[in-house]
Amino acid sequence: MSNYEAVIGLEVHVELKTHTKLFCGCSTEFGKEPNTQVCPVCLGLPGSTGVLNKKVVELAVKAGLVLNCKIGTYTWFDRKNYYYPDLPKGFQISQVFRPIAYKGYLDIDINGQNKRINITRAHIEEDPGKLIHSGGSIMTSHYSYVDYNRSGMPLIEIVSEPEIHSGEEAGAYLEKLKANLEYAGVSDVKMEQGSLRCDANVSVRPVGTTALGTKTEIKNMNSFRAVQRAIEYEVERQIEVLEDGDRVIQETRGWDENRGITLSMRNKENPDYRCFIEHELPPIELTPEWIADVKGTIPELPDARRKRLVEEHGLPDYDAGVITSSLALAEFFDAALKKYPDAKTISNWIMGELLRLLNARNMELSEAKITPDGLAALLELIEKGSISNKMGKEVFEVMFEEGKDPGQIVKEKGLSQISDEGQLSRIIDEVIAKNPKSVADFQSGKKQAVGFLVGQVMKATKGQANPGVVNAMLREKLAQ
Amino acid sequence: MQLHTLSVHQLSELMERKELSSEELTRAYLDQISQVEDEIRAFVTVTEDIALAQARAVDGKRARGQELSPLAGIPVAVSDNICTEGVKTTCASAMLDNFIPPYDAAVAVRLKRADAVLMGKCNMDEFGMGASTETSAFFCTKNPFDPAAVPGGASGGAAVAVAAGEAAFTLGSDTGGDIRQPAAFCGVIGLKPTYGFVSRTGLISCASSLDQIGPFTRDMTDLALILNTICGHDAADSTSVSENVPDFKKSLVNDIKGLRIGLPKEFFGTGTDPRVAAKVQEAVCKLEELGAICEEVAMPHTEYALPAHYIISSAEASSNLARYDGVRYGLRVEAEDVLSMFRKTRSQGFGAEVKRRIMLGTHALSTGNYNDYYVKALKVRTLVKQDFARAFEKFDCLLTPASLATAFKTGEKAGDSLAMYQSSACTTPVNLVGVPALSLPFGLVDGLPVGLQVIARHFEEGTLLRVGYTLEQNTDQTRPKPGLFL
Repeated sequence: MSNYEAVIGLEVHVELKTHTKLFCGCSTEFGKEPNTQVCPVCLGLPGSTGVLNKKVVELAVKAGLVLNCKIGTYTWFDRKNYYYPDLPKGFQISQVFRPIAYKGYLDIDINGQNKRINITRAHIEEDPGKLIHSGGSIMTSHYSYVDYNRSGMPLIEIVSEPEIHSGEEAGAYLEKLKANLEYAGVSDVKMEQGSLRCDANVSVRPVGTTALGTKTEIKNMNSFRAVQRAIEYEVERQIEVLEDGDRVIQETRGWDENRGITLSMRNKENPDYRCFIEHELPPIELTPEWIADVKGTIPELPDARRKRLVEEHGLPDYDAGVITSSLALAEFFDAALKKYPDAKTISNWIMGELLRLLNARNMELSEAKITPDGLAALLELIEKGSISNKMGKEVFEVMFEEGKDPGQIVKEKGLSQISDEGQLSRIIDEVIAKNPKSVADFQSGKKQAVGFLVGQVMKATKGQANPGVVNAMLREKLAQ
Repeated sequence: MQLHTLSVHQLSELMERKELSSEELTRAYLDQISQVEDEIRAFVTVTEDIALAQARAVDGKRARGQELSPLAGIPVAVSDNICTEGVKTTCASAMLDNFIPPYDAAVAVRLKRADAVLMGKCNMDEFGMGASTETSAFFCTKNPFDPAAVPGGASGGAAVAVAAGEAAFTLGSDTGGDIRQPAAFCGVIGLKPTYGFVSRTGLISCASSLDQIGPFTRDMTDLALILNTICGHDAADSTSVSENVPDFKKSLVNDIKGLRIGLPKEFFGTGTDPRVAAKVQEAVCKLEELGAICEEVAMPHTEYALPAHYIISSAEASSNLARYDGVRYGLRVEAEDVLSMFRKTRSQGFGAEVKRRIMLGTHALSTGNYNDYYVKALKVRTLVKQDFARAFEKFDCLLTPASLATAFKTGEKAGDSLAMYQSSACTTPVNLVGVPALSLPFGLVDGLPVGLQVIARHFEEGTLLRVGYTLEQNTDQTRPKPGLFL
């Protein structure tokens, strides 16, 4: 295994966040009735003519900039010709010869080491429609449905150089790419809704050699985790093939999530796309001033924000990295921090409770009911000693599910903590009186016996006593 | 009154003076269609009901004293590659035999707004590929000057409809001479406007960078009226230009004194019928007599324009026609799986010439051939543009034959693609450059019309109108009458 090096290039398709499609006024809203968001242009009806959506150019330039790309000031569209029922014109409008963005990079963090992954290009293209087969594939199905709602949706395709060497690196690259595009407001980058899709070109070669091995293209991966697993599987598979003295076949392979393996889909027979310039659309000419204006609208990006959280708020770099990996989390953090100025405590609750619940329920932050203000209020209750940390977690979960005010939850659940010394003193005295053996143990030097006594007080108060206060009071009384 | 030989502006005046209603006019044209159509076959579809309804509506508007456009109530027809909402639009192909567009082409909208009366959709070469209207999947159209001769093409039906009195004017499309050559063959006026001056929205593409809609008319005044109606920016067409549209009627000036006219010698080459060349020479003498300065000019890349044009137009067409796959509309031939369905549909849906062009274009764009054919053709296109730019430094317009010969016989070139392609040698360079060009009748040779081609700079259609109008006012050669049908 260690004798081989994996060489991986990623092709990422990202749907741009526009209200209307690339060349027509049809809505881009996700999840509508099939074939309700279509018109002569995106259906490719004879005689239809499209007009470029300016917003697409703006978002594509923004995407290029946050991927550290150079921006082409004179670019154009080309046609990529092939036949498929989801492709209404028999060609896809793309940018083959002059991408709008090129020569970029993303820096990723691998075991504390910075690594730069170069980006070859990012170009604008239109999405085809969507096929739903009655059988396994189009050739084996009795019939297939086609939905053109997606046809003509604006995409950018981001192509990396083959400089990724492991599934882990691929995952880190995707996380970074997603975060940057999300921060810039370019895309929803939701893999489950198809607004981010990733194919991986994978090959292996003996360590120390530079020639590229035969690659396979891996498709059908529905999460970053799946990309990582698929790459890891495929690398091992290819090494095994080579070790057995066989050759890797150049082909497209599909990731089978359930079985955790890749399977041959079709031999890639290098289709001749006969690309040539799209004469029905004029070239895109951008001035440096316009590009600068677009640049001016890009907000703080994940790296800068992460740095700010470390430098200004003293968060550990790891925490800052996790929080800034998603714009929603970072915004949540900042909002909570405004109401409760203890960054590390907020971070602990986000990294602990919030992410735990989101992961457990497979939810997006936007779907959770808890608000930053709510978290701040909860942390204040804990700080004041009104409730214990443990109670706080219980309250947090209710807030996460129902979004109620923490004070109200505490009241409803009768969770408030007893810190009142007068009230506690009576209970402690009773516990001391009922447990002479433990008292004797403590007084004879077995200091741990106090734990048992604290436990008895907690039991007597149904867990509502402030354990810190109880501990201190017990020690004081026993020392007398 | 011979209503079907009068020009648009004459008919308009009659209606203006209430001596003629639009309905009467429409009925007269429908009568003419029913008399001649069986033999001449200019129409794929005659829209009698629509025409009569529109005509009555116009008469109503006129009765109410509404202000009307000069085209109001005028019988018009358009080539069957111009989309008309609710009216079958076939491109004269079996592939689209059942295609009814859910929208009007931009020019169809403009015609409707001008209250022109739609008589029907004209026959053409299939998808605009041909120079004789013989590649129509449905039938051949005949030349009104000689039923044994072709009307030219691809917009042959639209030329014939005007020549045979079936419509007062028509619109066709011109990719390599498809308006100008049939206009010359049928003795009517045809004009290919500057690329981008008339919206291509709703024109079913043959070759996107070359296609342009233009009119067929009976006289120059009509041409000005129609250009006033159809030219202008369309935000829905990215190739449409936002150039201001002048009032073209102002260019109808009977004066060409001092106008510099270039005579590109390459257009009078060995392939030119000497009798046609003699007629063009006669026109040159007339123009000089009227005060124009005519001189020979060299346009050295002309001989490469034709092959470059066929490579570029075939390449673009091979891609534009890929959408006809049987999935969404048009013909579908059922088969066991989707790939076979594609194959069978396209094999049965397209005629031989369309298949030939798709193969030529696919070949020219394929890996290994792309640089040798497509890119080289684009380079030739640049050189041809440079030839024109140089010529236009010195000349206000250029004069050539519109076709090297008069109309050939039906079937004469049908088996010889190269001969057919060469018949558009005079007109194809103009589409490569994108400039406007007029095809103007100038007398007859053995009973068949001869056409002059006048080419001007981009957006200088006015110069063409001026030259054409002056010739029209000073000779009797610009309105040859077919003996048949009229």
